[in-house]
Amino acid sequence: MVNWDLLSNALVSGVLLGGFYCAVAVGITIAFGMLDIVNIAHPAFIMMGAFIAYFFNTSYGVDPLLACIVAAPFAYFGGRLMYRLYYLAFERHGEESLQGLAFFFGLLFIIEVGLLLIFGVDYRFVEARYIGPSIQLGFVSIPWRLLLPTIVGLAMVGAVALFNAKTFTGRAILAVSQDPGALRLVGGNPVHIKEVAFGISIATAIVAGALLIIIQPVEPSIGRDFIGRVFAICVLGGMTSLPGTVIAAMLLGIAETLTTTYLGPSWSPAISFGILLLTLGVRPAGILGR
Amino acid sequence: MSLPHASDKAVGEKRSRMRAATLLPLAGMAVAIAIVFFGLDWVGTDYAYLAAYTVLQFVVLSTAWNILGGYAGYVNFASAAFFAVGVYTSVIVYKTVKLPLIATMPLAAIAAGLLGLGVGYLTLRLRGTFFSIATLALSVVMNTLVVNWAFVGGSRGVYVLRPQSIDFFGPYTRYLCIVMLILSIISVLIARAVEKSWFGRGLAALKDDEIAAECAGVPALRLKLAATALSGALMGAAGAPFPFFVTYVDPATAFSLTIAVNTIAMPLIGGTSTWIGPVIGAVLLGSLQQIATVTISSALNLLIVGVLMVIFITLAPNGIVGLVQKIRERRS
Repeated sequence: MVNWDLLSNALVSGVLLGGFYCAVAVGITIAFGMLDIVNIAHPAFIMMGAFIAYFFNTSYGVDPLLACIVAAPFAYFGGRLMYRLYYLAFERHGEESLQGLAFFFGLLFIIEVGLLLIFGVDYRFVEARYIGPSIQLGFVSIPWRLLLPTIVGLAMVGAVALFNAKTFTGRAILAVSQDPGALRLVGGNPVHIKEVAFGISIATAIVAGALLIIIQPVEPSIGRDFIGRVFAICVLGGMTSLPGTVIAAMLLGIAETLTTTYLGPSWSPAISFGILLLTLGVRPAGILGR
Repeated sequence: MSLPHASDKAVGEKRSRMRAATLLPLAGMAVAIAIVFFGLDWVGTDYAYLAAYTVLQFVVLSTAWNILGGYAGYVNFASAAFFAVGVYTSVIVYKTVKLPLIATMPLAAIAAGLLGLGVGYLTLRLRGTFFSIATLALSVVMNTLVVNWAFVGGSRGVYVLRPQSIDFFGPYTRYLCIVMLILSIISVLIARAVEKSWFGRGLAALKDDEIAAECAGVPALRLKLAATALSGALMGAAGAPFPFFVTYVDPATAFSLTIAVNTIAMPLIGGTSTWIGPVIGAVLLGSLQQIATVTISSALNLLIVGVLMVIFITLAPNGIVGLVQKIRERRS
């Protein structure tokens, strides 16, 4: 017999987890899907966000989410600077494949070890009013610490979608992923557009970090578990598609909570890899890919 | 008749230069062997053997990585996973049939080679970045698999007993060191053979322009698969003696970040386009780390490797070998 109580709870928390994964993966959909920059250091920036939230929360009692929203503009400019460096060192020479990958790998590694040296290997957590209480709907309980990240995650995807649809820069981001030459003809500078988009991508990672530390305690090396997840979501969603990202994030969230519920939490890191390999092997274009 | 004569002379000069270029590394290898055999015996401590073992292990790993990464331009982030497949094949053999190490290593190589073939078959048909991303996730998955597999120790790890000494070779650490030395010579010879053959030229063509190479008749997928399997197999073979080296294996040591990072950093710092680059990178960085781990913390020491790697790929993309070539060109 199926235990409906257990199943519905698993499904609901799967959807909630999926909403959080939207926040985690939207930056990769921009950087990898649209700009073709294989930023494997993305999860490291998420961890950086988590520790920014941790630092301001424990030292000054600032709300973790607020801390990261304030930090996001700085991350945006940091991201622009990073793209500038990446462009000058690799992309300009067309050397981005091997050297670019190794560059981001080095970055991932430097950030992780850096956080390790500053904060140590212990699990860190934050305190806020919404961590703890939950809403009861029949036999399904929705904890606020999962609901808030879902709302913020979906709002972030919505904001990026709105930006991409309504502003010239946003439309140019989509154009640069299709045809940088044509973008030049209508008066856009591909390098500048990519710089802005990469800045946005890094800013979303920092905010996602705050959401992560709200959901669970973190230590620097758990960022690696997210590498498989973000790329699985991006590829499954169809690379450039924001609605695809949301659907794929939800699917992964549900798949992971079902595995956790029925097989145990130690198997869940393997799910994203399974999805990634299956997508690459069966339908590399993803769900909503062109 | 002076023209052909002159060109003959040029060819002869080129040949002798090439002969020097092939003799020099062989001489270097002989020196290395001499150092390991006599130098370590002269020092005589276990630590000397262990340090040499670690450096030689990295020579194998970075040489193996370079067959796919350097020659074909496909970045493999899962070196720790291939290494761990070798480690755990060895653990399984130890817990079941107890074959001697020499017989275990080919098994480990086959297991890791098959893993490379499988992952390669699924992802190598697509753009190179997908292969790299899949390998990134592969480490996490293999780690998950081992953590959940109680027979090989799970997350708690497993103890491996090794004999104190072995006939003819003396202390077991010395024996391990000699095994790794032989394996590193074999890997370097394989890498060199690949580089100089049609296989290596095919891979280089793929690196430059895959579509053009395929149009010219290079069997792209088959070459890439062969390179992935070969590179994975060598990494697996390098992992097989590891349980006897550390005597206690858990997922954290078998899948350690040290291996993943060093295996990529060493070829990139040494230079990826020739077989000598990874060897230079491994010997240099490996020995430096052996000294640094003793004097400063190991985390900081890894941070230095990461920073060095980023500096090199940004400013000297052809590594130390590239820098030396540039200096030579400027002189002549």
